[in-house]
Amino acid sequence: MDRKVYFKGRALPFLLLLPQLAVTAVFFLWPAAQAVWQSTLQQDAFGLSTSFVGLENFAEVVADPNWRGAAWNTAVFATSVAVLALGVALFLAVQADKAIRGQRFYRTMLIWPYAVAPAIAAVLWLFLFHPNIGLIGRALNAAGVMWNYQLNGNQAMLLVVIASAWKEVSYNFIFFLAGLQSIPKSVLEAAAIDGARPLRRFWTVVFPLLSPTSFFLLVVNLVYAFFDTFGVIHALTKGGPGKATETLIYKVYVDGVDNLNLGSSAAQSVILMLLVIILTVIQFRFVERQVHY
Amino acid sequence: MRAVVDPDVLARQAERRQVLGRWLAHGALGLGVLVFALPIWITLMGSTHDAATIGRGDVPLLPGGHALENYATALGQGGGRSMSTPVGGMLLNSAIMALLIVSGKIAISLLSAYAVVFFRFPGRMLAFWTIFLTLMLPVEVRIIPTYQVIVDLNLFNSFAGLSLPLIASATATLLFRQFFLTIPDEYVEAAKMDGAGPLRFFRDILLPLSVTNIAALGVILFIYGWNQYLWPLLIVNDRSMETIVVGLTKMIGNGDAQNEWNTIMATAVLAMMPPVLVVVLLQRWFIKGLTETEK
Repeated sequence: MDRKVYFKGRALPFLLLLPQLAVTAVFFLWPAAQAVWQSTLQQDAFGLSTSFVGLENFAEVVADPNWRGAAWNTAVFATSVAVLALGVALFLAVQADKAIRGQRFYRTMLIWPYAVAPAIAAVLWLFLFHPNIGLIGRALNAAGVMWNYQLNGNQAMLLVVIASAWKEVSYNFIFFLAGLQSIPKSVLEAAAIDGARPLRRFWTVVFPLLSPTSFFLLVVNLVYAFFDTFGVIHALTKGGPGKATETLIYKVYVDGVDNLNLGSSAAQSVILMLLVIILTVIQFRFVERQVHY
Repeated sequence: MRAVVDPDVLARQAERRQVLGRWLAHGALGLGVLVFALPIWITLMGSTHDAATIGRGDVPLLPGGHALENYATALGQGGGRSMSTPVGGMLLNSAIMALLIVSGKIAISLLSAYAVVFFRFPGRMLAFWTIFLTLMLPVEVRIIPTYQVIVDLNLFNSFAGLSLPLIASATATLLFRQFFLTIPDEYVEAAKMDGAGPLRFFRDILLPLSVTNIAALGVILFIYGWNQYLWPLLIVNDRSMETIVVGLTKMIGNGDAQNEWNTIMATAVLAMMPPVLVVVLLQRWFIKGLTETEK
C-alpha cells in the first residue's frame, strides 16, 4: 500500500494539502458540525430566541406523520428506481454483449442519457407525459385513462420514477457491460459443452460472477435515488400533488428553505447523513473484499 | 432403437438458438435505443414549430419551419412568460461553473494525492481520512449550514460560491492516489539521483504520466459540474448569474399548457447539448473515467 521511496520534508506536503484541507474544513466539516449542532436547537415561534433541546428535534421528526410519509415515499421511490434501472440495464447489457453487428452504435445510443442532468431528464419526460401537450399523456387521455400527473399522486410517482430510472439505466449499462466482458469466455464455453442452455448459463454462471458489480450498483443507485433525484422532483412535481412525491431530501429542502424550520431541517439532514455513512461503509467493506488493489 | 444423439442435429439446434439470440438482441437493443431517443426526438421536433402548434396539443413528429427563430429567441431573449433570462448568458454561466469545478477539483486533488503518496509526515493518515470523510457528505445533506457559510463569506451570487463547495472531492483524490501508487519506485530514485527536487519531479514526471487520468476524470467532472442543480438553485438569485439547468426548470414553472413550449424545448436542447456531445465524442475517456473513479 505504501511506497518505499519518498521525498523528505514537512512544510511542502503540508502546503500541497492545504487547499484541499481548507475547502474540506470550510465547506464540509464545519457545515456538517453545524448541522449536528443546529439539530439540537429550537427557535421559538417568532425566531427571537433559541434554546438547546437535546434530541427533541429528532423525536419530533420521527414522530411527524409528514416525515414518515416522506420516508415511505422515499422507500417506494428508491426501490422502484433501483429495480427498474438495474433490471433494464442488465437485460440490455446481456444483449449488447452478444456478437452482433452494430455493437458500437447500440452502445453509444444507450450511454448518452448519462450526460443529461436529472432536472433536464424530468423536463424531457414532461414533454411526453404532459396531459395537454405530451404525446403519451394525450394518448392516455384519449384512450380513456384519466391521466394527469399534476392531480393524481400515483401517476406523479410513476412519472418521477420513470424519469429518474431512465437516466440511471445508462450508468448501470456501462458497468454491467464491462462486468460481462471481463468474464472469461472459457467459463461460458465449458458451461455450453456441459449442455447448459443460454438461460440456465446466465443464471448459474454469469449472474453469480456479476454479483459484485450488481451489489456495487445497487448501493450507487440507492444513493442516486435518495439525493441526486432532487432535480427530477423539483422540476416535475415539487413534491406534489399534496405530498405524494415528497421524498426525504425534498422535505429537508422545503423545511429548511421555504418553511425556515432550521432545527427540524438540520435533524432531518443528520438522519440522512447517517444513512449515507451506513451505505458508504457497507459499500467499502464489500468492495474491499472483492477488489484487490 | 438407437438413442445416440446425432451431432449434426445438435449443431443445427445450437446454431438456430444463436441466430434466434441475435435477433432477440437486435430487437431488444433497438427498442432500448428507441425508448432512450424518443424524448429527445419529441423535444428536437417541438423546438422547430411555433408555440400554437404545441399548445394545441398537436405533438409534431416531424421538423417544422420555425427552428431558426425559436433558437434565436431562446438564445437572445429566453422563453419564460413572466421572467426571461437569455439562454446565451445562462449557457456561459454553466460553462464557467463547470470549468471552474473541473479545474479546481483536478488541481487540488492532484496536489493532495501527491503529498499523501510521495511524502512521509506526521498527520499524513489523518489528512487522508479527513479527505475521505467528504465522500460521505453529499452537498444535499448539509445544504442549510453550507448556505450559511456562503452568506457569511459574502460569496452569494458569485462563481466562487457556485464552485468552491463542490471542488473538494474524495473520489478524485482517491483516483490519483491509486494511480500514483502504481508508479515504480525507480522513477523517484532516478529523479533523486539526477538532483530533481519534489516539485520538479511532480512537474516533469508525474504530470505527464497523469495526462490520461486527468482527461478521463475531466470528462466526468465536466458532466458533474454542468448538471449541478440544488446548489445553484440556492446560491443564485440574480438572474444574470442563473445557470442553464435551473433556468430551464424555472421557465416551465408549473407546466401550464400556455407556456411558450417551442422556446422551452429549444432551451432544453441547448441545455443538454454540451454534456451529451462530450460523452458521445469523448466516449473512450468517459468510460475510462467512469469505471475508474467509482470504485
